[in-house]
Amino acid sequence: MRTKRTMRGQVAVAGIGETTYYKHGQSPDAQFKLTLKAILAAAEDAGIDPCEIDGIASYADDKNPADRVAAALGMKSLRFANMVWGGGGGGGSGAIGNAAMAIHAGVADCVVVYRGLAQGQGGRFGSGAGYPGALAGSYAHTIPYGVMSPAQMFAMRTTRLMHDHGISRSTLRAISMASYHHAQNNPRAVMHGRPLDVDGYDNSRWITEPFRLFDCCLENDGAAALILVPADRAKDLKQKPAYLLGAAQGAEYRAGAGGHNNPDYATSSFKTVAPDLFAMAELGPEDVDVVQSYENFTGGVVMSLIEHGFCTYENANEVIAFDNLIAPKGKLPLNTSGGNLAECYMHGLELNIEAVRQIRGTSPNQVEGAEVAFVNSGPMVVPATNSLFGSEATL
Amino acid sequence: MNDSFVLPEGLPRPMPDELDGPYWDAAARDELVAQRCNACGTWQWTPEHLCHRCHSFDLEFAPVPGEARIYSWQRPHHPVHPVLAEACPYVVVLVEFPDADGIRMVGNLVAPPEGEIPIGATVDPVFEHHEAEPPYTLVHWRIRA
Repeated sequence: MRTKRTMRGQVAVAGIGETTYYKHGQSPDAQFKLTLKAILAAAEDAGIDPCEIDGIASYADDKNPADRVAAALGMKSLRFANMVWGGGGGGGSGAIGNAAMAIHAGVADCVVVYRGLAQGQGGRFGSGAGYPGALAGSYAHTIPYGVMSPAQMFAMRTTRLMHDHGISRSTLRAISMASYHHAQNNPRAVMHGRPLDVDGYDNSRWITEPFRLFDCCLENDGAAALILVPADRAKDLKQKPAYLLGAAQGAEYRAGAGGHNNPDYATSSFKTVAPDLFAMAELGPEDVDVVQSYENFTGGVVMSLIEHGFCTYENANEVIAFDNLIAPKGKLPLNTSGGNLAECYMHGLELNIEAVRQIRGTSPNQVEGAEVAFVNSGPMVVPATNSLFGSEATL
Repeated sequence: MNDSFVLPEGLPRPMPDELDGPYWDAAARDELVAQRCNACGTWQWTPEHLCHRCHSFDLEFAPVPGEARIYSWQRPHHPVHPVLAEACPYVVVLVEFPDADGIRMVGNLVAPPEGEIPIGATVDPVFEHHEAEPPYTLVHWRIRA
C-alpha cells in the first residue's frame, strides 16, 4: 500500500546554539571559529557528542564549507552535505527542511544546520563598492542605474505594494517597532538597550524611499546552529523537542525573471509556497501561536504575512499594528527575539532558533502556551522557504 | 565627466553578452528594442535563450511597441557606492510596456530628484551615450509632457 508522502512530525530540533552576536566587524573570532562555536553549543544543548553529527545543511552560499566543518569536528562519517540555492537569506527554513528530508529519508541521522557570518570579514551585503567595473547578464540592466544594494533591489516591490493596496507607513513602522520592543527583553540582541519609538522611526534617515533606516535589517557578525534528529530519538535527549510539522520552498511562475520582470511583482514569493507548508502541517494560519517573519525589509514582512493568510490585503493596516504584534498579549506576536532588525541579522537562522525557544517555553518574550510556531525566511527571493514547528501536543 | 549624465561616471557599466548584445547595440543608435519570439510572438525581458511560452529557440530583437508607463519607483538617499556620494538622492523607475506582454525595464528618471513620482505616467526613453572604451549607452526615462 502506498504510504502518505509527508514528513510531518517525523523530525525534531533537538539542539540550538548561538555565539555572541556582534555588530559587523566587531567579532574577535574568525567567521569559521564562530561557526564551530555555534555547532558545539547546539550539540551541548542537545546532549549529543558532536562527532555523532553525520549531516550538514546550509544556505546562501555559506562560506564555511561542509568538508572543513566535518574535518574540524572530527565527524566519524559525513552522510549528507547540502545547500539551498540563492544568495540571500531565503534559504534558512529551506536548509532545515532539507535536513529533515535527509533524516526522514534515512540518508542521515543527525544533521546540523548552520550559518556563520562575519560581515566585517566576508563583505557587507549593503555595500555596492565590491562590484566589478563591468557587468553582464540581468545585472547589467539594473546596477549601472544605481540599483545595487538589497534595499534597492526590493524597494520598488514595496512601493508597488503600497500603491496597489494602500499599505500605510504606520504598518511598516509597527513591524520595526515590534522587533525593537522584543529586543529590549533579550540580552543577546544587538539592539538590547536601544528602544525605538514612533519619533525615532519617523525621524530616521531614508535609505531608499520607501525604506527608512529602521525598515532595513542589521549587518552583523556571529553564528547560529540547529541540530535535527529523528522524532523518536529527540524524545530521549536533553531538551523538549520542537517537531517539524512542515517545510516548503519555491516560488510562483517566473518569479526569477531578470530585471524585475516577475509577472506578479509586489510579492514575497510565498503565494505557492505558503499553501504547501500548511498542507503538509495539516494546519492553517489560524492555528499559529507565534510568527517569526524575516525582515530584510519591513515591506517584505507585510507581503509574507498576507501571503501566508495571517491577514489580507484589505485588513493588513489594521492587523499589522504594534499592539497586535507584541508578546505575550498580542493576537499576532511577531519576531519575538528582535529578529533581523534588532536581535541579529544571522540571515534569519536566528528566527528558526526563536521558534524552537517558543515551543520549549524559553523565549525572552514567551507566548504563553505556544504550541505552533511559524517561520518564513527571506521574502522576495527564489527560492523562498518556510517552516512550521510544533510541540508534542500537535502531533 | 558629462554634467548632463543622470549619475556620475564610475559606476559599474553594462557589458553586452551573447544574449543582450543587440539591445545595447540598438541603444547606441537611439533605438529601443527587446526580445520577441519568432514562433509565437511573445515578448520577454531580460532576454533568454528560450521562449518561456512556446519553448522555441528562434528569438529576435524588435522595436518595443506602444507606450511605456511608470510601474514603480524608488529614491535612493544612501550612497551605496563611493561614486554616488555626491549624487544622492536620485530616482529609479521601473517602466512597463502594456503592449509588449507587460515586460519591464529599469532606468533612472530624468527629472529633478524631489517630488512625487506618478505611477502610471507615460515615459519616453532617453539615451545617454558614454564615450568610454568601449563606448556604452544607458537608457533612462523622461515623463512625457
